[in-house]
Amino acid sequence: MMNYYKDINEIKFELENSPLMERIVELKERQFEDKDQYDEAPQDYVDAMDTYDKVLDVVGDIVANVVAPNAEEVDAEGPHHENGRVRYASKTYENLAAMNHAGLNGMTMPRRYGGLNLPVTVYTAANEIVSAGDAGFENIWSLQDCIETLYCFGSEDQRQKYIPRVCKGETMSMDLTEPDAGSDLQSVMLKATFDEENNCWRLNGSKRFITNGDSDIHLVLARSEAGTRDGRGLSMFIYDKRDGGVDVRRIENKLGIHGSPTCELVYKNAKCELCGDRKLGLIKYVMSLMNGARLGIAAQSVGLSQAAYNEAVSYAKDRKQFGKAIIEFPAVQEMISNIKARLDAGRALLYQTARYVDIYKALEDISRDRKLEPEERAELKKYSRLADAFTPLAKGMNSEYANQNAYDCIQVHGGSGFMLEYACQRIYRDARITSIYEGTTQLQTVAAIRYVTNGFYSQVIEEMEKDLPQPSLKGRESSPFKGELERVFAMASKFNACTAAVKETGDQDTLDLCARHLYEMAADVIMCHLLMQNATKSPELFGESLHCYVRLAEAEVEKHNSWIKNTLGE
Amino acid sequence: MKLKIIVLAKQVPDTRNVGPDAMTPEGTVNRSALPAIFNPEDLNALEQALRLKDQFPGTTVTVITMGPGRAAEVIREAMYRGADGGYLLTDRAFAGADTLATSYALATAIKHVCPDADLIIGGRQAIDGDTAQVGPQVAEKLGLNQITYSEEILSLKDGKITVKRHIDGGVETVESPLPCVLTVNGSAAPCRPRNVKRVMKFKRCLAPMELPQGTGFGDLPYASEYEKKPYLKLGQLSCADVDADLQQCGLAGSPTKVKNVENIVFKAKESKVLTGSDEDVNGLIKELLASHTIG
Repeated sequence: MMNYYKDINEIKFELENSPLMERIVELKERQFEDKDQYDEAPQDYVDAMDTYDKVLDVVGDIVANVVAPNAEEVDAEGPHHENGRVRYASKTYENLAAMNHAGLNGMTMPRRYGGLNLPVTVYTAANEIVSAGDAGFENIWSLQDCIETLYCFGSEDQRQKYIPRVCKGETMSMDLTEPDAGSDLQSVMLKATFDEENNCWRLNGSKRFITNGDSDIHLVLARSEAGTRDGRGLSMFIYDKRDGGVDVRRIENKLGIHGSPTCELVYKNAKCELCGDRKLGLIKYVMSLMNGARLGIAAQSVGLSQAAYNEAVSYAKDRKQFGKAIIEFPAVQEMISNIKARLDAGRALLYQTARYVDIYKALEDISRDRKLEPEERAELKKYSRLADAFTPLAKGMNSEYANQNAYDCIQVHGGSGFMLEYACQRIYRDARITSIYEGTTQLQTVAAIRYVTNGFYSQVIEEMEKDLPQPSLKGRESSPFKGELERVFAMASKFNACTAAVKETGDQDTLDLCARHLYEMAADVIMCHLLMQNATKSPELFGESLHCYVRLAEAEVEKHNSWIKNTLGE
Repeated sequence: MKLKIIVLAKQVPDTRNVGPDAMTPEGTVNRSALPAIFNPEDLNALEQALRLKDQFPGTTVTVITMGPGRAAEVIREAMYRGADGGYLLTDRAFAGADTLATSYALATAIKHVCPDADLIIGGRQAIDGDTAQVGPQVAEKLGLNQITYSEEILSLKDGKITVKRHIDGGVETVESPLPCVLTVNGSAAPCRPRNVKRVMKFKRCLAPMELPQGTGFGDLPYASEYEKKPYLKLGQLSCADVDADLQQCGLAGSPTKVKNVENIVFKAKESKVLTGSDEDVNGLIKELLASHTIG
């Protein structure tokens, strides 16, 4: 591939074809107030969109010429553990140097701190593009978005101290999990004590499974309230590697994402700063951090799906059996069409989520400087809720799709796919973590289920039905996707009926048991609608995927429908 | 130490991925069928210049390129990567130039825009012509030393530059007083990527030649920007601007004539294994004498 952005028309389509984009740019650029102060600031909406396109062109170019060609070697070498520190695989430094030369750091941060002030949607696209080249490297690079949490909750002094450093390329990590606190972060025990003598906080204890754990700037979740045992005793701290006190005890030996060092850390009286208020570490700041990180994993997953698609297509066109390229056999074609359908549907969900996040984050940021108007407050509330409801769908579904797509990609390769010389094996191993970290798919279900039971997803689907480009019955008749439309309506009815039936039992265990099924039904219907919106605007880009995806989703919905009915019947 | 560096760069058709329509029936390059790109070894040259700029703050890197309006893209590309600015050398009188006329035009432009340049750096050769003649000819016309096939600048101090050059079967380290001309080999460090803040800042840079005919900067979208930010107008030089002798420019100044273009087919001839014994060597000598290959 010559350019991982330019060569994939679907990404550009996602950026440019949403009615929300104009509002996002307007909010993010605050009526283009930076234009006279910063040479690089856009003058208007068209100018901003042109800039985003050019920025992603640079990302796509670096990925094609540096990151992707290095991926195999980085995967084979992996990081090294030396004297309590991490030394990356040698080509990782080459990747980082390219990203730093290009200035692709602090992408969403305001210009006054040296950032690029890009919307989350554009950053998400960059994330996806980097991941398609090397998902392991994407991990290290994309941890820059931890700075968002410091920006939101840190003091002005902390912002001025740390944000410019991240914009210049210093790396970050979020030190959350411990040997006995994985999914259950309330059990975090790392001790934070106030050192009266030196007027600073000190950290003691250990952390485990910390991605990029030897980073320059850490956000650390620690127990500041002695004697407590739950989430309310936890606070967030900033640890600056320049101060010392944290060592890497070991680097994990993982199945995939070898480029990204996963560390066990030991804190020995490490000096740190409190970020935000005490006791809000988990219940407020980590939740915000995790929502950002989950969107990041959704993007990483879509990138992996794109990589799986690229590899599958190129192999299937090249490989000849029985006198023709294997892509000509329907059985192979089906696998490839399914990969593409899941990729396009998942990507539509990813960008819709990113846009919701953009609007509410930009409004929230404005609210730090002035009081919002009543309609802005309503807008903030609306999009904040949508973002919260869509993030677990985007993360959970795309990570599961990445795994399925990587599996199918190997299947297309046949025996060669099982050999280690093709890229598909790395994609397969790298994809495996996406449905586990930053909250397993099961935990995404937990985060999403209240939007099933309170009817929010149903309401979203209803609005999507209302917003169809041909709302009248007559219009529907002439829709090129008339058949699909009717079937998606039927899927939505099944989802609503199943939800009602499960709720009717009034039994929490039954709800927990059926949650994953209801969650997937909601996601399937929503993705059908999003893909249909795309296909209506660009049949040539998405028509095929829509046909294929509705078929897949319909079968999935029916599977869940039957599972739930039978389970309730027992 | 602040250096003044000129980088010579060319926009070329991308001949690395050619399709069946890459050549016209007349045997010339079909430029419309191939994307126009920054000549790859000129990017290696730019990187060497930018490394000196990193090392010696205050150094200026100025790009000179000769070509039609669209060739100004090369200047913008160089600015995105770190160059300070550039000049588009453009004139109908320059059209049809071979390497001699090109190097005359470039040398004349260098004398005009930066007579006190410390270093002039270009790629070894362009991928459309593959001659590797322009750099050395520019050096000759300016009366400067030249270091060809440069791979790495090892040091620059006390008015001298030490360069590692790539030669057949190895490397050679040479030293030259400044100013001098370097041509850089493709084996040198690849060029750094575009910097996105610089892309944002310079994306509207234009040379006057790129404007639609009969229009000015005032007719462009964001016209007021060109008033406020002079750097958005790229330098442009015509034949008259640099006082070039018309007889030495373009077609008139080009002694090269293309006689015809032929396809070359490499064929392995029948081979024979000789042992190196006196008998075999004598036999070979006799055979070569008989075929008049030697003697």
